[in-house]
This record gives sequence, C-alpha cells and structure tokens, in this order.
Amino acid sequence: MSATAPVISAKNIWKLFGASPEAYLKSMPAGRSFDEIRADGYIAGVKDVSIEVDRGEMLVIMGLSGSGKSTLVRCFSRLHDITGGTIEVDGQNIMSLSERDLIELRRNKMGMVFQSFGLLPHRTVLDNVAFPLEMRGQDRHDRRERALEVIKLVGLEGREEYFPRELSGGQQQRVGIARSLAIEPDIWFLDEPFSALDPLIRREMQDEFLRLQEMLGKTIVFITHDFDEALRLADRIAIMRNGAVEQCDTPDQIVMNPATEYVAKFTEDIDKARVVHAKGLAKPVNGHALEGAPINGGSTIHELARVLVNDNRILLPVANDKGVVTGVLERDAALNVLLGAE
Amino acid sequence: MATLSTDLPKTTDKSWGRTRVLTALLAVAFALILAKAVGILPEWLNRIPEAAIPPTAQVLDAIFNFIQNDLGLIYVTRFIAEGPLEFLLDTSANLLEGKRRWPNLGPIPWSAIAAVAGVVGYAVGGWKLAALGAGTFIWTAAIGQWKIAMQTMSVIVVAAPLAFLLGLALGTAAWKYGWFERMLKPILSILQTLPFFTYLLPAVIFFKVGPTAGAVATITFAIPPMILMTTLGLKKVSPEVIEAGQMSGCTRWQMLRHVYIPAARTEILVGVNQVIMLCLAMVVLTAFIGMPGLGAKLLAMMGSFKLGRSFEIGVTIVLLAVTLDRMSKAWVVKQPVHFERGTPWWKRHQISLVALGLFVGFILLSQLFPILAEVGRKQHLSQGKEIDVVIKSFLAIEAIKGTTEWLRWFLNVKVLIPFRNTLLAIPTPAFILLVVAFAYWVGGRRPGIYAAVFFTMVAFSGWWDRSVITLYTVISAVALATLIGIPLGVIAARSERWSKSILLACDTAQTFPSFIYLIPAIMLFGVNDVAVVFSILIFAAVPLIRYTIIGLSSVPPEMTEAADMSGSTRRQKLMSVQFPLALPTMAVGFNQAIMFAFFMVIIAAFIGTQDLGQELQRTLAGTELGKNFVLGLNVSLMALTFDMAISSWAEQRKKRLGLD
Repeated sequence: MSATAPVISAKNIWKLFGASPEAYLKSMPAGRSFDEIRADGYIAGVKDVSIEVDRGEMLVIMGLSGSGKSTLVRCFSRLHDITGGTIEVDGQNIMSLSERDLIELRRNKMGMVFQSFGLLPHRTVLDNVAFPLEMRGQDRHDRRERALEVIKLVGLEGREEYFPRELSGGQQQRVGIARSLAIEPDIWFLDEPFSALDPLIRREMQDEFLRLQEMLGKTIVFITHDFDEALRLADRIAIMRNGAVEQCDTPDQIVMNPATEYVAKFTEDIDKARVVHAKGLAKPVNGHALEGAPINGGSTIHELARVLVNDNRILLPVANDKGVVTGVLERDAALNVLLGAE
Repeated sequence: MATLSTDLPKTTDKSWGRTRVLTALLAVAFALILAKAVGILPEWLNRIPEAAIPPTAQVLDAIFNFIQNDLGLIYVTRFIAEGPLEFLLDTSANLLEGKRRWPNLGPIPWSAIAAVAGVVGYAVGGWKLAALGAGTFIWTAAIGQWKIAMQTMSVIVVAAPLAFLLGLALGTAAWKYGWFERMLKPILSILQTLPFFTYLLPAVIFFKVGPTAGAVATITFAIPPMILMTTLGLKKVSPEVIEAGQMSGCTRWQMLRHVYIPAARTEILVGVNQVIMLCLAMVVLTAFIGMPGLGAKLLAMMGSFKLGRSFEIGVTIVLLAVTLDRMSKAWVVKQPVHFERGTPWWKRHQISLVALGLFVGFILLSQLFPILAEVGRKQHLSQGKEIDVVIKSFLAIEAIKGTTEWLRWFLNVKVLIPFRNTLLAIPTPAFILLVVAFAYWVGGRRPGIYAAVFFTMVAFSGWWDRSVITLYTVISAVALATLIGIPLGVIAARSERWSKSILLACDTAQTFPSFIYLIPAIMLFGVNDVAVVFSILIFAAVPLIRYTIIGLSSVPPEMTEAADMSGSTRRQKLMSVQFPLALPTMAVGFNQAIMFAFFMVIIAAFIGTQDLGQELQRTLAGTELGKNFVLGLNVSLMALTFDMAISSWAEQRKKRLGLD
C-alpha cells in the first residue's frame, strides 16, 4: 500500500432504507431519481456516491438535514451496512469484515464524535474517555494515563471526576472529542460536532479543533450543515443533496465554480475574498514573464487586499510556503473577487 | 364521554357504517331481552345449556396432570422449591426473624435494621427519608409486630431480587428478539389481569405449601412490569450513545453490560420500584395460602373483627409500603455526584461506613439492653383493644350509625340488588351483544371483535352467572367511584397547591397493598355487599382522581389562556376546553380504575361475595387447578375486553388531538 493510496475509498455506494433494499437495488433501472425511488417505497439515504479521502486530509461533508450526510459517514464506519457498492478502508473491504475484525478496526483505527455527544451518563469524564480503552482490554493503569493525557489535550484538566450532566455543552463535547482520540485513531469521524453548541462556543471549539488537527494531522471526515464552518475547516468539501454528492472540491473551487445551481445557492452570500486563496485563483506560469516579489499562495484574496490594490503589476507571481513560484495571479481577476464583481 | 368519538368531522361515511353496525347489535340485543320479557325466548337462548358447555376445567386438569406427573415437571419445580429457593428463604428467614436454619445467626436486632434503614434513607433522600426509614422499623418493633413483619420481609428480600433478575433477563430477551416480544406481549397482558388467586394455587401445587409457594407466586406476579420497563428502557437508549459504544469497539456483551443497561438505568429502576411494590402487595395476599406474616395476621384479625389490631397492622403495612416506595423512587432520581480528586477512601465511602458502624454498634448494644434486640410480649405499645373500643363507640354514635345504616340500606335495596337482578335477567347472547356494542362504540372494530370472542369464551366457561355478578360489582363500584372521583379531581385541579397535595396522597394510596382497603370498608359497613363495593370504590377512585388532575393540569396554558381571553366562564372553559383535551388522559385513569376494580373484587371474596372470586378462593383449599384457571381466565378476559376498548379509544383520541 503506497503512501498516496486513499485511506477511505468508496465506489458507487448505495444505502437504501425500505422493506427489501438489496433486491430492490438489483432490479432498479439505472438513473432513477430520489423521488422516483421514494415513490417505490424506498428512501435513498446514500445514492450512488463515489468519494475518496486521502491521508491527512480533512473532508467536510456538507448538506442540509436529510441530505444523507450522516448516513454516508455511518457507512464509512459500517454503523450502517451499505446496500450496494464497495468501501475500502486502508485497502480493506469493510463489508467483508467479520464482526470480530470490525470491532478490531474500530478499536484501533477509528474514532467518532457525535452531535449530541453520546456520552455515557453513568460514567465520569475519566471513565467516559477511557471507555474505548477499557473495551479493548487495556489495563486500568495504562488507560488512566492515556485518558488523563487526552483530557489535558482538550483542556478539561481538573474535571476528570465530573459526570457528564455536571458539564456545559461545550465541555461535554470536549469529552466526546477526548474519547474519540483516546485510542489514537487514524481516521476521525465527526458528525456535526459543534451543531448543538451556541454560536460563540462553536467558534471557540472550531479554533480548538483546528489547533488539535494541526498537532495531530489525522484523516478526518467532518459533517456539518453549516456552510461557513465547512469553508473554514475543509481541505475539500463534498456537498450532498438527496443522498447524492452534488460537488466535491476545494473550498476555492466550490466558491469560484459551483457545479450546480444548488451549490451556487450556498455560495451566493459568501464573501468570496475571504475564502479564495491566491493559489486557488492562480494560473499556471506557462512562460509568462514574471517580475518582482511573489505573493504567498496560502493567503486569501482578502488578506492580500492591500497588495492587490497598491501593486500595479498586471500579473503577480504566486509562491508556495517554501518560496518557490508555482503560478501566476491576474491582478484584475483577483480584484474582481475582492470587490465581489464577477 | 364517548359521545365525543361519534361526532368527529370527516368521518361521516365511516360513522354512518358504524351507526348501522351499532344499531344492528343493539336491536338484536333488545329483541332478545324483549322476547325473554314476554316469555317466548327458548331457554337455550337465555343461558347456554349445561350440555353445551365444554369440560374446559377437566381438560385443563388433564393437561396439568400430564405436565406435572408424566413430564415430570413437578420434580423440577419441587427440586427448585426444596433446593435453592428454600435455601434462600431459610437464610433470609433466619437472619430476619430467627428461624432455626443456616446460618443460625439471626434474628438481627431490630434496632440495627432500623439504623441501617435510616442511613439508607439518608443516602438516597436526605433527612426526611432517614426519619421515614428508621421510623417505620421503630414503629413495627414498638407495636409488637416485628416478627410477623419480618416474616413478610424475609420473603420480599428473596422474591424482589429474583423477580428483578428474571424480569431483566426476559425484558432484555424481548428487546433483542422481536419474535420473543410478540410471543410475550399477550401473555403479559393476561398475566397482568389474572386475579392473584390464580397465581396462588399453581404455586402451591408445583412448589408445595409455605414460603416457597408464596415466594413463587410473588415472583410471578411481580415480573411483568419489570419486563415491560426493561424493554422500554432499552428501546429508549439514544442512538448516539449506542453508536458511541459501537465505535468504541464494544462486543455485543460489552454493549449490553456497559452501554445499554446503564443507559436505561432510570426505566430499569422504575421497574425495580414496581417489583418491590407488587411483591409487597402479593406477599400480603399469600396469607390466603397460609403464609405467615403481616397478611395472615391481618386476615385473622379481620376475621375475628378485632378492628383495633387490624388497624395497627394496616398502619404497619402502609408504612412499609410508603418506605419501600419512597426509597426506591428516590433511588430512581438520584444522580451520581462526583468527588474531587484525592478525596480519601473513607470519605468516599462515608455513608456505607456509618451504616456499618451503626449496624455493628446496635448489635453490640442489644447484647447489653435486650429491648434493643427484641421487644417482648409485655413490652410493646399496642393499643389494639383501646382502639377497638374507640372505633366501636365511634360507629355506635347515633348519627354515624344512622348514616352508615341508611347508606347500606339505600345502596343495597335501591341500587345494588335491582341492578344485579337486571343484569342477571339479561339473556346471555343479549349481554354479549351489549358488551360488543359498547366495545365497538368506544374502541372500534378490533376491540369489538375481541369483546365478542372473549365474552363468548366466558359464556362457555360454565360460570356465566358468577361472571355477571363480578361484572356487576365492578360496574357499580366504578360508577360510584367516577361520581365521586371526577368532581374531586376537578376541584383539586383548580389550585396548584391542592392538586399537588392530592396527587401526592393518591400516589401514596396507590402504593398500599390492595388488602388494606378492606379495613375501612369492614369498619364502616360490616361484612356485606356494600362493604365490598365500598372497598372497591375507594381503591378505584384513586386512579380516577389522579388522572383527572393530571389530565386537567396538562392542558397547555395557551389554550386555557385563549379560553380566558375569549371571555369564557370557568364552567365554559372546563366543559369546552379543559375536558375535551384532558379526556384521553382521564380515560387512562378510568381504565386503571376498572382494572383495579377487577383486582379488588376478587380480594373482596374475603368479605363474602357470590362471584368468581368466591369460587376462586374455594379452589385454593383443594387441588382443582383446572377450575382455578378457568375462573381466573374469566376475570382476565372480562378485564381485557374493557382494557382494549378504553385504551384504544384513548390512543385514537390522543392521536387526533395531536397530543403526545
């Protein structure tokens, strides 16, 4: 398995709910729409989705409620058995795993955070965090050490002996996060982790989450219904609707080139300059004559506003964080983005 | 109240069909009654002829015999009875009342038990419960009933945990396997309506007379709610908690042990509370199969009309019931509280240590002061005779005597006897049709069909007249209870303070073992039909009052506010806003009242009735298991008919009103 192989690779997966979904899927004519399937008495939770998640990448799945995003992530962890298609995790077809192997996979590779926290009400913070370790039979001392470590990581030191109901919502979700990290998973699933929190706390938790991700560099599948949150966190965003992925791309691309009208509706009110990065807007060098100091490709157009306005070059060289020039930015195009005139 | 179900909009087609069916049913019924009145009804249509009645009892007897002797079940049950179960019961009996059995340590001094009860009370609910716990046991000892109370308790401490474990296991199985739940459900609803006498005889036959049979009957009786609460609790566990468990890599067993059962804690503990209360209620009733204890003593005292002593035993039973109920309920709502890190060991276990210290301390003290170990025969404070005199002289006061005697005369001569005779005069098929019409009218098609099937079965059981008498008692008592209970509930619901205290009183009254309700009835009316109806009446009025208050006070405030702002008077508001919305809830209370009445009417056999209960009680003396079952099933079938009709109405109504 090479380093570049995707961690999760889903091909044409389907998840249908109804009386006998497998038989229905086999007999179903191709290209049937969500509504037609519903008229047949089935709900397409996930409809013919193919998606890959690379190592260390953060994929955000965005969609409104009922769009199938939670169902999709539950297919990745096999909390749901898919109706059709294949899902490979680290090259292993998870649908072929025995119960034992599946349990081992979850004990060692996967962590998940839930919208309403899913904490066990009868266990203290410490025991909740140590729960996955306890389940895989780690001894008491080890799991205590490890649990204290992650509790410290999420900033809940001193609350180890509290019970979940004695904590605020934000703190409870920190416990959920700590629990999901306790086993040092390779893959981290987060199902709308911040949706149940009020806006101020949500913002704080997002920052905290980015800090953690910087430190840990996990492969992440993050679910949200909040487009701003998706833009803020994602390496790539998959926008879902009626069980299908409408578009899966980088935030820059989604904002600049929405693939469908549905996606465009989300991007309409977005201040694109704050989302689009110089490197996302840049064109290949292709022999253009470049002069002057390059700008940082990792900055958003908004961050470059002053340069863009004051500089009088037509073409600006764009460099990556090592200073190597990777592309060229048309100042005019960038100004258009900045001024919201397309 | 059921008129409401007929005047619904948008069901004109259906209700026209309904009206036709109802008219047909009633027309045939009245034709039959009329035919009998003018004397042209052939006898085989009046009552089912003896010859046509299948020998159900004999067939059942044969089946039981086969299972018992040919299949050898009796050896299994006797083994359990004489082996592990008897061992447990002997042990608890030794510890609590000092029966000469292993481990030969008991009896534990009463003061030590009272002290532990106090500490447990404090641990679950603070000083109030501590006082209640300790107080109950101090009273029991002081009044000189320690030994009989401990005879009762020694069965409960064995039966309740066993019923809990069995209920938990069966409930888990029912939750896990759909087919098992589908199989269990009808059995449970029959078990819950079977009169307790039907539990007793098989227990005696299979598990021999004495505490073992009592314990078995008690366990069987207490299991159903535990099963239901377990299944309910497990089904309610939030999906995210389940998924969290799965993602933590739990095996199936770990899921059950660490995720499902702890997360369903509240429901399971509510089940525990019900198990304890049903155990107490049943243990008291096992007096009828000769189990010693509070029940037996009460039975004996009431039999010899020693009202003072009966009253004292009643108080003990009530105190025990309240203590057990409050403590287990306090345990339900008690949430774990954390200790700061580094709290020393002794501080974490402070309460257990105090309990242990007091326990040992009082055992030692009782060596020095024997009265702390046992209250002697001459030392207790029982005032039985004095209370007797007080009660009797109170009842002898002219005004009181006049009232009760007039009531007795009026109810008997003007109401009960004519009503009973009317019911008995109705030809069997007409009676069945009337019941079917009622069930159909109230609950719809399904309850109607069930009513037809169930009552036909009753008719063919060969005990029709006695069944009708049972039904007559139930109907009269519930009707009277409704007349009293609903106005009381309405008045209480007017003020928050009143509804609170009356609800509390009702909750408390519901925890009393049903047997207790016989005491005031006998005191006031002596031994006759009126006392029977009266005891059922007060027993059945409790849920009626309770649900009336709950129903009325759960009407959303914006609706009553809307009524106020529309300028309705208090009466208008009650009739056109509060009642319609509260009715589904009140129907639940009405249903419970009927179930309670069916339960109580059988117990009232003790006073002397001519219904199924009396026959049932008679079977206890013998070995007629088949007859016992037939009688029991008759009660159960009649109760289920009403249960189905009324709950189906309440559910439909709730759905239509968008409540729930």
